[in-house]
Amino acid sequence: MNIHQLDARRLLCPLPVIRTQDRVKALQPGDVLQVTCTDPGVKNDIPAWCRINGHEIEDISEQDDEIIITIKVGDIS
Amino acid sequence: MSTQRKAVSLISGGFDSMLATKTIMEQGIHVEGINFFTGFCVEGHTHAIRKKDKEKPKRNNALWVAEQLGIKMHIVDVIEEYKDIVINPSHGYGQNLNPCLDCKGFMVKKALQWIQENDFDFIITGEVIGQRPMSQRKDTMPVIARESGAGDLLLRPLCAKNLPETLPEREGWVDRDKLHDFSGRSRKPQMALAAEFGIEEWAQPAGGCCFLTDAAYSKKLADMWQTRGEKRYELDDIMMLKVGRHVRPRPHFKLIIGREEGENNFMQGYRKQFVSLKTVSHAGPLALIDGDNMSDEDIQLAASIVARFSQGKAADEVELELRSKEGTSTTMKVAPMLADDMPEEWYL
Ligand code: SF4
Repeated sequence: MNIHQLDARRLLCPLPVIRTQDRVKALQPGDVLQVTCTDPGVKNDIPAWCRINGHEIEDISEQDDEIIITIKVGDIS
Repeated sequence: MSTQRKAVSLISGGFDSMLATKTIMEQGIHVEGINFFTGFCVEGHTHAIRKKDKEKPKRNNALWVAEQLGIKMHIVDVIEEYKDIVINPSHGYGQNLNPCLDCKGFMVKKALQWIQENDFDFIITGEVIGQRPMSQRKDTMPVIARESGAGDLLLRPLCAKNLPETLPEREGWVDRDKLHDFSGRSRKPQMALAAEFGIEEWAQPAGGCCFLTDAAYSKKLADMWQTRGEKRYELDDIMMLKVGRHVRPRPHFKLIIGREEGENNFMQGYRKQFVSLKTVSHAGPLALIDGDNMSDEDIQLAASIVARFSQGKAADEVELELRSKEGTSTTMKVAPMLADDMPEEWYL
């Protein structure tokens, strides 16, 4: 398992979702991706995208104006 | 065993694409959704900017539709390629700067590329004949199929019976009898179909799926192109057109004045790209100056306009901070402009 980071700060939805999607494509099942965002819309959109596409949200935390979403890549083909 | 056929569905997040997708899923086809982000989409952005909208629950309707239907969803960034569609539409614009016919052709073409790369069989859309004045007419629907290169791989389940047979129908992958013959603006057949599917909730984005259909937005975009002397834009430009009140008191500059806290906060992030003004003696908006070669007189004029939108508008004098792109600032005092002195045509 590898932990990866993605900086999606200052991007507005749906761009953080698109960047997450494109990044996840290159990862392996079980890998973890931490996405740092500033648009609060991601709190709905990234979990929705994960539910649809079979990935798991491990954590959503907020620090100052930043939102960090931790995703575990699912086993999808 | 017969091959499992696969279709990709263009999902805008609206009602029609939801019903079209469900119609094909019911026929045992594996469907996944695709949604193109052009930069002009109504989804997202503005919800995130304006504070008053922040309290409302936000959702991306395309993702929401996919979740309701239980299908996968692919969102594709087409910002760069889409510029050519907006700038040089071969079929021209609709009522505003919406190049709907070229836009639909472009999206179907991108979907065609996608099915070729992902080994899918055909494309579906929620188009209905006669529903939109430009792109959804009986004579323009074949244009989309032809110019996109999709030809008879493009199936419109909601009005397929009014159109020539497509490959998926001829091959028997889908049963033409179970497709629909909707036409025109009436929503009744859609409502009946939703009831049949047990769909009780759907999104109907007000005013269409993109900002280019909006008259006020298009006016600002046209003004931007005219001032630049050429049709050109970057993502930041088209985002800024969604934010603030735009006032052009002189041909060579305009002001973008925040209308509320959310917009002011968003605009803060652009202070390195624009000279900015902010009232300090009174509560008031942040304003960005979009233009070059500003004389002292221009700055005074800009400041008095910004002061007019502050709580000091009735005061004799308002103090403002003028900040350069590099971050150096000076303060200045001006008399707020009177409402009567602001001609209507300054407002974009
Ligand atoms: S409304 Fe906008 S997104 Fe929809 S077809 Fe027209 S130009 Fe394209």
